[in-house]
Amino acid sequence: MPSDLVHLYMRIDHLPQIWCPGCGNGVIMRDVAVAIDELIHDEENSINREDIVIVSGIGCSSRAAGYLDFNSIHTTHGRAIAFASGIKMANPKLHVIVLTGDGDCSAIGGNHLIHAARRNLGLTVVCFNNDIYGMTGGQYSPTTPHGDRATTAPYGNVDRPFDIANLASGAGASFSARGDVYHARETIDIIKQAILHKGFSLVDVYSICPTYYGRKNKKGDAVEMLKWQKENLVPTARYYSMSEGERANKKLIGILSFNDYPEYTEEYARIIALCRKAKKK
Amino acid sequence: MSKTVLMQGNEAAVEGAIAAGMRFFAGYPITPSTEIAETCALRLPQEGGKFIQMEDEISSIAAVLGASAAGMKAMTATSGPGFSLMQENLGYGAMAEIPCVIVDVQRSGPSTGLPTSPSQGDYMQARWGTHGDHPVIALSPASVLETYTLMIRAFNLAEKYRTPVIFLMDEIVGHMREGVELPDPGKLIINQRKMSFHDGANKQCYFVPEGEYVPAMKPFGQGERYNITGLAHDESGFPVNSSEIAGRLVKRLLDKVEKNTDHICRVEEIEMDDAETAIVCFGGTTRAARDAVNAARAVGKKVGMFRPVTVWPFPEKQLRARLPQLKRILVVEHNHGQMLLEVQRCVGGALPVGFLGRIDGTVISPRDILARLGEMEGMHHAE
Repeated sequence: MPSDLVHLYMRIDHLPQIWCPGCGNGVIMRDVAVAIDELIHDEENSINREDIVIVSGIGCSSRAAGYLDFNSIHTTHGRAIAFASGIKMANPKLHVIVLTGDGDCSAIGGNHLIHAARRNLGLTVVCFNNDIYGMTGGQYSPTTPHGDRATTAPYGNVDRPFDIANLASGAGASFSARGDVYHARETIDIIKQAILHKGFSLVDVYSICPTYYGRKNKKGDAVEMLKWQKENLVPTARYYSMSEGERANKKLIGILSFNDYPEYTEEYARIIALCRKAKKK
Repeated sequence: MSKTVLMQGNEAAVEGAIAAGMRFFAGYPITPSTEIAETCALRLPQEGGKFIQMEDEISSIAAVLGASAAGMKAMTATSGPGFSLMQENLGYGAMAEIPCVIVDVQRSGPSTGLPTSPSQGDYMQARWGTHGDHPVIALSPASVLETYTLMIRAFNLAEKYRTPVIFLMDEIVGHMREGVELPDPGKLIINQRKMSFHDGANKQCYFVPEGEYVPAMKPFGQGERYNITGLAHDESGFPVNSSEIAGRLVKRLLDKVEKNTDHICRVEEIEMDDAETAIVCFGGTTRAARDAVNAARAVGKKVGMFRPVTVWPFPEKQLRARLPQLKRILVVEHNHGQMLLEVQRCVGGALPVGFLGRIDGTVISPRDILARLGEMEGMHHAE
């Protein structure tokens, strides 16, 4: 029941949250809470609530860390993945979940994203991707589509955008996936798999920002923007049953890449064991 | 059992840190600090510790803060350009009160400068490099042995005051090799952070009892949920917009260092008892200064050496205590006059304060110092 979820996993004293009416971030935060709740109660893969650490950077997305009632650390802009790397190294049994945004993780923090992916350090990164810098008032981000408007792109965006899930795959992420606000159930399942995945996992969740991105680009209100997601973002089973022609301009909601490369902290534990053995001899 | 070993300053920094309990290092290669990363990569797994080479200096200090929050004693090492990149997260460490040690093996700047040449040009950056008013503790060793022992103190201070401590080395001390007799590990004093447990979730994790300045630290991710942020926060660790609470927080952060300078500030004094002239130096200029003192004493001049070992906060009380007996001060440092400003502030015009510096990547010799002293004495007599 939703109200139970709020009482169980949100810091009630710190609500209501600061996000604008119609913002997709609240839904994504709920998806994360539901995914964790279901894993806590999963008999096969049960995880311990106290082992969850939420790490965030700066931006609209990153306020989620303060609302979720887990170990939480709200760090500096772009550096959440780097802080999270130290936390995971210090205590590998923790489930370290980074809540970040498109600007936080692919602009100022882009270097940390690709290197954590390359190392296969066992973090889960959930990107609240709303195609814009919301906190500072609507500047274009690395995911703002070419030609779209923003307060710093009054004549249309000259940049070409990143596809963050593909970026992570290209950097060697052993788990890279895409979710969205409309397909909440599918996105929850993807986040669950990402948390259970041993190596680095990234879920690029398409949010909606009616206040800045939507308004600047005449995308309609929140409902209109969700309708767009419903029509253009396609969950895995349906996506692969579509013809190539039907897939044009559509995007997959699901897992883009998956493999079982060795996880970084486990590899490092092997080195410690080797050194200790050599020392004893 | 103590043993004598041939050791480089950068290696001594690592061995001292390991002796202090450091078990996590994140860093990025940069001359002249790189041997610290290399030695950590080699030594830490042998001690059950962990090393990671990050993608830059920004992520290095971020990982160090993350590991320290999660309960490990953690360190990073860099030089000027990397130290500049670390400044934002250094302020985060001060604000969120996460202990750690940041080694800066200074080299000639500005910018890429002379990467392999000595300098002490980061003295002011160590104090004012990050934005906002914040507490700073910085220590500067002058020999290989002192690098080892002072590093232990750096961790002890970081743990005691829950704040990043800057270990301000320079190329001279970092690359110096000396035979050193390391102290008996059993005799070292090692401080641990004060911890608080078992008071439930979301309690006042930054609560400070009346008359104290440092909150006990909760282990992060070990069973007690709380929030850490770089935003102005109240005692519960959550952001606030109250100017009263924000002002009180920053005041307490500053006070925890300023009200404890008697404990934090250390100096080394040589031949100061009857000195009329004091040479003020730190770190890599110390040996030349000491030689100059010996040479001056050999010809009957009353010259002594006053060396801040704690370079921030500046040991102002100790220097002021010497002012009544002094006729002049000569500040010697490998920069264009940075500690000089602190000395002038303390002296307040009561004595002539001379300066000898270098900004060309070469070192100041004892002869340079004696010549400058001679000039100062000449000026004094002419008055």
